[in-house]
Amino acid sequence: MHKRTPLFETHVAMGARMVEFGGWEMPVQYHGIIEEHRAVREQAGLFDISHMGRFMVRGSQAEDFLQQMLTCNVAAIPFGQASYGLLCQPDGGVVDDVFVYHLLDEFLVVVNAANRDKDWAWLNQHSSGFDVELEDRSERWAMLALQGPQAQSLLAHAPDSTTSDLAHLPFHSVALTTIFGFTALIARTGYTGEDGFELFFEAHHAADVWNGLLALGQPGSVQPCGLGARDSLRFEACLPLYGHELSPHINPYEARLGWVVKLDTGDFIGRDALVAIKAQGPARRLAGFELLARGVARSDYPVHNLNGMPVGHVTSGMPTPTLGKPLGIALVPSTLSAEGSEFDVIIREQPVRARVLKMPFYKPRYKKL
Amino acid sequence: MATNIPTELRYSKTDEWVRVEGAEVVVGISDFAQHALGDIVYLELPSVGAVVQAGASFGVIESVKASSDLNAPVGGEVIAVNNELEASQEAINQDPYGAGWLIRLRPSGDEDELMDAEAYAAHCAERNH
Repeated sequence: MHKRTPLFETHVAMGARMVEFGGWEMPVQYHGIIEEHRAVREQAGLFDISHMGRFMVRGSQAEDFLQQMLTCNVAAIPFGQASYGLLCQPDGGVVDDVFVYHLLDEFLVVVNAANRDKDWAWLNQHSSGFDVELEDRSERWAMLALQGPQAQSLLAHAPDSTTSDLAHLPFHSVALTTIFGFTALIARTGYTGEDGFELFFEAHHAADVWNGLLALGQPGSVQPCGLGARDSLRFEACLPLYGHELSPHINPYEARLGWVVKLDTGDFIGRDALVAIKAQGPARRLAGFELLARGVARSDYPVHNLNGMPVGHVTSGMPTPTLGKPLGIALVPSTLSAEGSEFDVIIREQPVRARVLKMPFYKPRYKKL
Repeated sequence: MATNIPTELRYSKTDEWVRVEGAEVVVGISDFAQHALGDIVYLELPSVGAVVQAGASFGVIESVKASSDLNAPVGGEVIAVNNELEASQEAINQDPYGAGWLIRLRPSGDEDELMDAEAYAAHCAERNH
């Protein structure tokens, strides 16, 4: 039996197509991935992301504990701000990629749905010796994402809400607000490459908030979106998806996430290994590519060098709705990862020539003050 | 969502349909298949004159989410290909049994295991749960 979010019945009643994802029964699409994708690029789309994990970390050593667990500099996250970070293994492989929100006297850590149990165990396993308390709030809170260039102006007119002044909420900030009369945390974060917001609130208000957000603006101003569009949007912006661009067997430098690894702000799990990897330079790297002939590269397709030797694999690939052509990301030897390098992707046993492009494919349009 | 399954067609396990028109057959994918795939954006079809084997792949259909083989429900020589789809793959989503047809064959007599509408409806229902 797959797990369901508080909005499962709502999704089914609205005609969403449900699929299994990371142990969850989630909407993959409502009206079509391309339409939903375009809505987020041009107007606004609403996603149920309650399947993600939400952990609270508090106590006098909460910051020290997270500093030890994460590659980012937790001590440098101001109150009311969020930061992207990685949980790493001692060998530098990635346990998960997370967002850490610095709230009043506690931190909220948002983790990937498929990694909820693993991360919870990982954090607890390393918490002994710290004056820290962990609480799993994943069930108690729902989580929605309203994403797109119109998100801010639509929220400004939400009834019974205090979301009229979001222009003053900086990128990656989080604040307490009221939405449709319910108390919520609202953060200027997301996973689409557009401006937008994520909302956290008591799970029993999920349907009220969902329906309220869908009713903002004119009919159709806010498009309900499924995981299909979430994947195509993040892919165009080259935001990594755990299990594809990140895994226990891929380190942050290979994933081009060196900017998330702060080696000079104290120890953390995996630091020694990452110091060595950085000094040597990663042997493999993620490379974005286009195909020079017809075809669509998909996750796990093999990559060969031009001598026909297997050298890597595709981590994600699809026809891109905004850019209008099939693109891919592959994990390849660093020597093949520079812009303009060429390799072959094996599509149905046939090599198809690929050329490395600059990433991201789609330049995010975040609203940075 | 109700799946449209015309009773006059026969269907393969892999969701292609076959319509007999005199000595020729027309092949496409079912409403169930187009719905499962989502928005179709790429299509690779054989050329006129190609010979396809029953049960073997004759092309590829791609949506944003997935690639899928097109399997020939019957064997034969390709005598026409729906070239209109090159510019408007969405016809497969909108009208899978009409404007979304894929190829026309002169059948060789070689057939994959095919189902009537009733059996195919059961085959679809099984996969909806």
